[in-house]
Amino acid sequence: MSKNPPNYISTTNACKLCTPLGAALAFKGIEGAVPYLHGSQGCATYMRRYIISHFNEPIDIASSSLSEKHAVYGGGANLKLGLMNVTQKYRPQLIGIATTCLTETIGDDVKLFLREYEKEVEGEKPIMVQVSTPSYNGTHMEGFHNAVASVVAALAGKEGDEDTSGGVNILPGFVSPADIRYLREITDDFSLQATILPDISDTMDGPAAKTYEKIQPGGTPLSSIASMGNGMGSIEFGHTMSDDSGGVLLARKFGVENVRIAMPMGISASDRFFDHLTRLSGSPIPEKYRGERGRLVDSYVDGHKYIYGKKAIVYGEEDLVVGLTAFLAEIGVMPILCASGGKSGKLAEMIRQATDDLLPEQPQVHEGMDFYDISELAESLGPDLLVGHSKGYPLAQKLSIPLIRVGFPIHDRMGGQRILHLGYRGAQQLFDLVVNACIAKKQGDSSIGYSYM
Amino acid sequence: MELLKEREEQIHRTGEQPFTLSCNKDSLAGAVSQRACVFCGSRVVLYPIADALHLVHGPIGCAVYTWDIRGALSSGPELHRLSFSTDLQEIDVIFGGEKKLRSALLELIERHSPKAAFVYSTCIVGIIGDDMEAVCRQVEKETGIPVIPVKSEGFMGNKRAGYTAACNAMARLIGTGETTGISPYSINILGDFNLAGEIWLIREYFERMGVEVVANITGDGRVADIQRAHGAALNVVQCSGSTMDLARMMEDEYGVPSIRVSYFGVEDMAQALYDVANHFNDPEMLERTRQLVKEELQELLPKLEFYKKALKGKKAAIYVGGSFKAFSLVKAFRLLGMVVVMVGSQTGTEQEYQELAEITDPGTIIVDDTNPLELTSFLEEKEVDIFVGGVKERPIAYKLGVGFCDHNHERKEMLAGFVGMLNFAEEVYSSVMSPVWRFTCQKEKGREKMCSIAVANPKE
Ligand code: SF4
Ligand code: SF4
Repeated sequence: MSKNPPNYISTTNACKLCTPLGAALAFKGIEGAVPYLHGSQGCATYMRRYIISHFNEPIDIASSSLSEKHAVYGGGANLKLGLMNVTQKYRPQLIGIATTCLTETIGDDVKLFLREYEKEVEGEKPIMVQVSTPSYNGTHMEGFHNAVASVVAALAGKEGDEDTSGGVNILPGFVSPADIRYLREITDDFSLQATILPDISDTMDGPAAKTYEKIQPGGTPLSSIASMGNGMGSIEFGHTMSDDSGGVLLARKFGVENVRIAMPMGISASDRFFDHLTRLSGSPIPEKYRGERGRLVDSYVDGHKYIYGKKAIVYGEEDLVVGLTAFLAEIGVMPILCASGGKSGKLAEMIRQATDDLLPEQPQVHEGMDFYDISELAESLGPDLLVGHSKGYPLAQKLSIPLIRVGFPIHDRMGGQRILHLGYRGAQQLFDLVVNACIAKKQGDSSIGYSYM
Repeated sequence: MELLKEREEQIHRTGEQPFTLSCNKDSLAGAVSQRACVFCGSRVVLYPIADALHLVHGPIGCAVYTWDIRGALSSGPELHRLSFSTDLQEIDVIFGGEKKLRSALLELIERHSPKAAFVYSTCIVGIIGDDMEAVCRQVEKETGIPVIPVKSEGFMGNKRAGYTAACNAMARLIGTGETTGISPYSINILGDFNLAGEIWLIREYFERMGVEVVANITGDGRVADIQRAHGAALNVVQCSGSTMDLARMMEDEYGVPSIRVSYFGVEDMAQALYDVANHFNDPEMLERTRQLVKEELQELLPKLEFYKKALKGKKAAIYVGGSFKAFSLVKAFRLLGMVVVMVGSQTGTEQEYQELAEITDPGTIIVDDTNPLELTSFLEEKEVDIFVGGVKERPIAYKLGVGFCDHNHERKEMLAGFVGMLNFAEEVYSSVMSPVWRFTCQKEKGREKMCSIAVANPKE
């Protein structure tokens, strides 16, 4: 089998999004925050549209709305004006400022502008956190992780009562609101005081409300972030981010022990997560989760024959791909191609580590892929399943195979924000999805009309 | 609501004299404008040309957010549905992206054999100073197909500037094709993008009238048709902004006159067909047109009755890209017996807003380039039943317990033409009449407490 990735100069149907989108989403998970793009108007509008179509929630991303003359003379004045207007209209507690390709290219010194703003503008000002997010360098995931790291660098401390300290910090990366709600439930059940950063569970999946909130309630409380330095430990999901992640910064600055684990997807990875929680809390895994795990194993057994040996292509963000691949491998599905638009250089190794004892042969693993490349490889690989977000649908349709929708964006179905990926419960839902997709395919391909499969 | 002071002059209430509304201003920094950028405008207009290659020269985001998001259908090739990008990297930003652009173009043209290529510049291309013009000229020479740069750096203005850039790009194609054999009763359809197959419907109407359609500009568009578009006798232009420039240019250069029409709503649709027939001044054609309208109305009007009865007196708010569409929507709601309480657009002109003020009831809010906070306050103030807008407005409406109808480029429902009016009524009806609203916090009586929900991380 050729393991050479297709190598084209042009990109067709990218399998990644741009850096500031990730940053904006991360900022949305902070209490009282408004994401702000320092750049021209179009980027913010495009990203809002893209995000809204997944979450079905309002997301206001402010922009400096730079025009031609600002591009020539620098965007400092517009940045300050914009910050002033956002402050006045939204009364945010925090403004999360991400740059765009434009302002990075013209070399705007946002740090300097912010120092000037601090001096020039009177009155109460929200906290400003800034992150540099040129899209010609990285994907939305770099944007996401770097924004989280910026928040930690700017706001984390050892505030609060030393005695009450000893919570756990969880940095889950880009997961769904449903995932975050579940993580909260788990830590609550362990009686662990947890700071989950960021937390989009309420801000990007809010209930129907009486009035329109300018800033949706929820998000990681600023006061919790301020005391992250007191934590007894941090758990960070994912292995492909840089060495300057939020968890690493907390360790460096405050000596909070940081463990990086793969996204807890499937039984093995979830076990590791629960082991850490057991260790940190000193309590055994609550009954409830042993029950979940038990039912999950039971269902693995019940359903294994429908899916054994099915060949799957997995695509999306690198850490999600690692998590999904590990999960698929443990239920007997054969990942044959793992692809991402990201380029951490670590994807293949992480997949090998997660699946070495499960797979007779490692899948092809390629970074920097787009859907043209994936499509081209798919032709000869003959997959039975695609696993990833909505943008794989055209390929699934072309190959007449099911698409298991996970991750972001889900633009062609309801409820992307409610997809649960993590832990035993997430694995249960994914397992049912995968098995049922295979059953439905078999049922649909047959002319008999079986009502019993 | 307290408005941002700078925004005051972009909002007007009908009946509050005198009328002034400033528009076509740059969006205000820090206000969350619903507007997009120049690139977006160009992309909207050119994108439906289905046998052309559309290459976005820039970093990945600009291309990926516009991948197949519009419902512009093609009856043949579907090259337009792919999202091509040069995906500029740091090294390209430092040393320039010309080489990469050139190689990407050659690679893609060889792979897909398009009839022409459009190359869109994005913001940073304007800054790093790539000579797109030169690269395009060179590749055009090597490949023998038109390779046309579209100057669409996002920061050069708003969507309107993008329309102009797109028209300039198409102007380079027009006039290069053979025009023999074109009927004297011939038109180009400008400004329809074949969402949900609408242009097929409109073409069929014209064909029933005995009018030849030379080029679709640009819904289900083809390069070769556009190249011979100057051979048509008339340009029929829909929508205020997007293709007006092209019509003007064709009038100057080739003497092709143009008329402006709208295909939304019964009145405007019929008017459009009559205007074309009247232009050709052919009694038989006029008769055929009358017949066509009569048949269509006979079919449609009885079916509309049901919806009129149900929707009478319901309140509608409109916020769309171009104000010309806003006019048609105002009329369409009238036909349904509904009341329009707010109307606005991203890119209207002062005159258009003035005309809107004239046809709307006193107290109607008229607004240019609004933002989520303003929209929210308008919807709350006017107790709107249905909001017509684009995807970005949808969650705002829903959060406020207001029905919604997508009238933008992403929609998959045919809303133009006579049958479009029925679809429109149906869509409005299915949102307004849904029983789900009774549970939203705005309407729920007696269980208000259920609407206060603690968040996971309550503020201290
Ligand atoms: S310019 Fe950069 S930030 Fe803006 S949409 Fe394009 S890739 Fe994203
Ligand atoms: S970078 Fe410029 S062209 Fe691209 S989306 Fe942003 S504003 Fe538009």
